[in-house]
Amino acid sequence: MQRKSPHSSMRLRKLAYNYPDSTGHFGPYGGIYVAETLMGALDELRVAYEHYSVDPEFKAEFAYELKHYVGRPSPIYHARHWSQKLGGAQIYLKREDLNHTGAHKVNNTVGQALLAKRMGKPRVIAETGAGQHGVATATVAARYGMECVVYMGAEDIKRQATNVYRMKLLGATVVPVESGSKTLKDALNEAMRDWVTNIENTFYIIGTVAGPHPYPMMVRDFNSVVSKECVVQMPELAGRQPDAVIACVGGGSNAMGIFHSYIEVPGVQLIGVEAAGSGIASGQHAAALTAGKPGVLHGNRTYLLQDGNGQIIETHSISAGLDYPGVGPEHAWLKDSGRAQYVAIEDSEALQAFHDLCHYEGIIPALESSHALAYAAKIAPTMGHDKVLLVNLSGRGDKDMVTVARVSGIEL
Amino acid sequence: MSRIQPTFEKLKQRGGKALIPFITAGDPNPQLTVSLMHALVEAGADIIEIGVPFSDPMADGPTIQRSSERALKHGVALHDVLDMVAKFRTTDASTPVVLMGYGNPIEAMGWERFAVRCAQVGVDGVLTVDFPPEESHEAFGHLHRHGVDPIFLLAPTTSDERITQVAKVARGYVYYVSLKGVTGAGHLDLSAIAQKIPHIRQYIGLPIGVGFGIRDAETARAVSKLCDGVVVGSRIVQEIEDSNEEAVIANVARLVKELRLAINQV
Repeated sequence: MQRKSPHSSMRLRKLAYNYPDSTGHFGPYGGIYVAETLMGALDELRVAYEHYSVDPEFKAEFAYELKHYVGRPSPIYHARHWSQKLGGAQIYLKREDLNHTGAHKVNNTVGQALLAKRMGKPRVIAETGAGQHGVATATVAARYGMECVVYMGAEDIKRQATNVYRMKLLGATVVPVESGSKTLKDALNEAMRDWVTNIENTFYIIGTVAGPHPYPMMVRDFNSVVSKECVVQMPELAGRQPDAVIACVGGGSNAMGIFHSYIEVPGVQLIGVEAAGSGIASGQHAAALTAGKPGVLHGNRTYLLQDGNGQIIETHSISAGLDYPGVGPEHAWLKDSGRAQYVAIEDSEALQAFHDLCHYEGIIPALESSHALAYAAKIAPTMGHDKVLLVNLSGRGDKDMVTVARVSGIEL
Repeated sequence: MSRIQPTFEKLKQRGGKALIPFITAGDPNPQLTVSLMHALVEAGADIIEIGVPFSDPMADGPTIQRSSERALKHGVALHDVLDMVAKFRTTDASTPVVLMGYGNPIEAMGWERFAVRCAQVGVDGVLTVDFPPEESHEAFGHLHRHGVDPIFLLAPTTSDERITQVAKVARGYVYYVSLKGVTGAGHLDLSAIAQKIPHIRQYIGLPIGVGFGIRDAETARAVSKLCDGVVVGSRIVQEIEDSNEEAVIANVARLVKELRLAINQV
């Protein structure tokens, strides 16, 4: 996969895309909306990232860790059997589920931990919803010998007992967050508070492409290894680039990862799939781009699920990783600019795709990724057999056993 | 026009320091807020900061977050807070009122409409915790045009370059955060404040209030020596939380009187 075929490089005619700007804006979105108490720390982080992101030694260590610790490159797999059953476009899966720790999240935590090390911060903190980012952070903290504190909503701790235990095994302290709705957004608030209090020795590893600049850019960059690989792998495996790239969107890190190198490639449609929960009309969902309005939360301007008075409202999804009222600002910009389209998939549709992938391909996908799979399953039959869909299989479903069993009426 | 500058000028003439208590609008319930505001003034407040409840108050500690949650349970929205100020103004035309909160509820209302309403009901200043000057030229332009003072935070970690930025848009006073952390946290370092305030004065001519972490009369007195006003929030909100509804006003008044006496000794 090191050698690009002449065919592939010929096709990569580029569109101009250079976001964010120097102040962290993606069009009107993004930016730095934080209290003055955090400005100094963000400035320090921005300067460090600008320096190390182009430092050959840093880049070499990041690449080495991704190869030998994470297990990259992850393969792309042609889901022939499932595609055949659906009877239309060919579906290819980018196997981020095969990474160490079982999801794309570790790409970013490795990058941020290496940065923390260079910035001389011995302590890392993180927020987590389902626990995947918490596990990925605890993992790299153990790997690089750092103290690790993970904030997690008390409600989520109840729902994700296995991941809580996993983090503890890896040496992290898991702090239950009892404020607000006791879920991801409250964990994020609490992590910010920790950071502002312990700025000298602490690095805050944000898990998604949200938060104040430079986080959305930095988390995207670390995850963009996914699309860098795809651009090379797809011509080798499918003979060409895909017609559409499909990924689930909560905060949006796996989607930005697989979109990024394709943004500048004309003819490749980018489709983000949000969680429609019990249905958009029911109000019980987490689809910020589909049903939200622009506003400011957690350090950036983006689409938010909010009431008419600007209060953030609680979200609902069977997938804890998509259960977030905002979305990364770059997705807000890709939506408004028309470069990407965003759709929403209900819990029941995601579950169907979950079972189908188990059944037809012998792969147990994460419930988050199942949203992207469900949308692929929806459009594939409407397309010709020669069309190609690339889906980011962003994580594996081991963590979701209890949830899926419960929906099926089984207590494990 | 804002009442803030004249208030500080009067204080300066008689060598006094401003006492700036904070309560969250709608805490413990919306009916008590206007009475609490009057009680604060009677007990010796020079300026009142009113917290606008928000679902995700990232820069606040647990005490003020809980007050926000109590207010939101009563459905208190930004327009309700403005109505409370209007009601307060029917019997108090002189005490400056500053709204303190997060940007999103204002975004939802629209900055221009918000600025117009502030001017109408008699809000003198607005402190939007998560809107730094760099992001908000348009927003603060609306406030300037309607005679409402944008108030800004400065932190121990604020660079000289950023103090200069803040100086360009700030009006009324600036609010120096006396410690690294959230509202209501830990202990503050008086010697660090004593060093920082004269430094800030090189860049900003406005009065400087100090807050975050002022939990008792003794600290209020010590801090007031070093600046132009002290802001006390979490300690008062804690008093509200700990009091029976019937005793809230009396207890808060007693606490604010203690703070007033301590500051007057300076």
